Amino acid sequence: MAVKKKSHIMHWKLTGLFFVLPSLTGVCVFLLVPFLDVVRRSFLGAVSEEWVGFKNYITVFQNGAFRLAAGNTLRFVAVCIPLLILLSLFFSVFLQGKVKGSHMIKMAFLVPMAIPVASVVLLWRVLFHGQGLINGLLAGHSLFAEHGLLTGPGFGTTDWMNTDYAFGVLVFSYLWKNIGYNIILWSAGLAAIPESIYEAARMDGAGNVRIFFRITLPNLWPVLNTIAVLSLLNSFKVFREAYLVAGDYPHESMYLVQHLFNNWFRELSLDKISAAAVLVSIVITFLVIQLERRLGEGQ
Amino acid sequence: MNYAKILNKIMPVLLALLCLVFCYPILFLLTGSLMGTDELQDYLLPVYAETAKGYVTWRMFPLYPTLKHYVELLLDTPEFFVMFWNSVKLVGGILTGHVLIGVPAAWGFAKYHFPLKRLLFIIYIILMMMPFQVTMLSSYLVLNRFSLINTHGGIILPAVFSTFPVYIMYRFFCQVPDAMMESAQIDGAGPLQIFFHIGIPMGSGGIISVIVLGFLEYWNLIEQPLTFLKSKDLWPLSLYLPEITSANAGIAFVSSVVALIPAIFVFLSGQDYLEQGIVASAIKE
Repeated sequence: MAVKKKSHIMHWKLTGLFFVLPSLTGVCVFLLVPFLDVVRRSFLGAVSEEWVGFKNYITVFQNGAFRLAAGNTLRFVAVCIPLLILLSLFFSVFLQGKVKGSHMIKMAFLVPMAIPVASVVLLWRVLFHGQGLINGLLAGHSLFAEHGLLTGPGFGTTDWMNTDYAFGVLVFSYLWKNIGYNIILWSAGLAAIPESIYEAARMDGAGNVRIFFRITLPNLWPVLNTIAVLSLLNSFKVFREAYLVAGDYPHESMYLVQHLFNNWFRELSLDKISAAAVLVSIVITFLVIQLERRLGEGQ
Repeated sequence: MNYAKILNKIMPVLLALLCLVFCYPILFLLTGSLMGTDELQDYLLPVYAETAKGYVTWRMFPLYPTLKHYVELLLDTPEFFVMFWNSVKLVGGILTGHVLIGVPAAWGFAKYHFPLKRLLFIIYIILMMMPFQVTMLSSYLVLNRFSLINTHGGIILPAVFSTFPVYIMYRFFCQVPDAMMESAQIDGAGPLQIFFHIGIPMGSGGIISVIVLGFLEYWNLIEQPLTFLKSKDLWPLSLYLPEITSANAGIAFVSSVVALIPAIFVFLSGQDYLEQGIVASAIKE
């Protein structure tokens, strides 16, 4: 009997692998093995292809463009992700109540996901151009002008895409595009909290604010980790808009790691790009393992 | 009146306004696509003529609506059709691959135990997180070896093995009860029969949501074709981005609207599955 049971398990083991195998083969051929080749290349010289140890990594760290790009990317992530997470939490807590048409509202927030990047770029040009709609509105708006607000020399002449505001435009694009996605994630987390906990708290006379901080937030903790990671995943995609609006060399406040990789790739700086790719993947691996560990604890 | 009450009064208004802001781009593109060349030129001159004074202006609705630019795009712009067809080919190929290869893989990860499963799945998640630029060089190396540079295959094949759809479908398949599989096994069903008769029907929501999410992602393919496709006649629609000049501002709007239509269609017909797909990535069952 025992032998039979064991062979049964063995059978299942191979079955699982059989289902995964086509995908795994492709992943190895197209992603994993070539990436290992990149890891190898990160220790080789660009032209001579001889072993240079950590020299490429040192070059990358000393590179001004890398520091600028890494700094901007970190700043972008540090500004955007908390902002996105808090804003979407705020909206989804509100939508959680008996709001009429909350499904419609959620879908309206998701619409930007469906708008092609190229169309967004067309709109951004008209909006954020030096003589674009936003400046036109600001300069001509009687409400602001009458109260002497926001006026002065040069007001309404801001070139949004070619000054430090470019970074703000990037943040706005990210929020606009991703808030719907996150509202749905939060709503799912909120819906998973059993109503009975709320009822018990209300019986004890707890107020709304107290309930939010004592019950809602702690119960959302496991969802927060996933939301943070998916927000990070989506934050890399903002490059598409940035690239199509401003090209290879945008204003330096929005020069991201992706721009740098692109430019190194075009210049065939294979040594630098390999080392930088390894560095970025180490950061990502660290984040994923942290997440897995925390979610594992929650189970 | 306490804060909560004030908030409850303000929020519906705020939300309604935000919904308008979020959906306005669609109206903006539609309006622009229905304007004549002269009208567009009047409004947009400051954007494409550096010497022009003043600011861009705009109207909620066109003053003299016309379908002239639609006719122009549909009749006189063959390269637009080529790109549209390229996009359909790329997205179709990639999504077919996700269904044929990703679905079984997700099933295997969700319902079976095998050696190194946990490690492999973590590797899948890490690969899912990698931005295109980080794997750009490794993709180039492998595509070069297989002579896939400058072919549609070079875009489709690596995307087919993207691990994101496996991750999403895995969550759906985890919800299929083990007891169901066991009773089917007792009735003599083999693993393939269980997969086709229990897995696929019960995970169909996951498969559809992966297709919807995938469509929205790959309809917008920018970096991969830009890096790996040198001949412009292979480019997808997402790279059809005419400069706004006085001559073709209308075409830019119309082509944006045409590119938008399939995405909105998929979005509207799949919105419930889209929601399920997003939720699946968050809730660990």
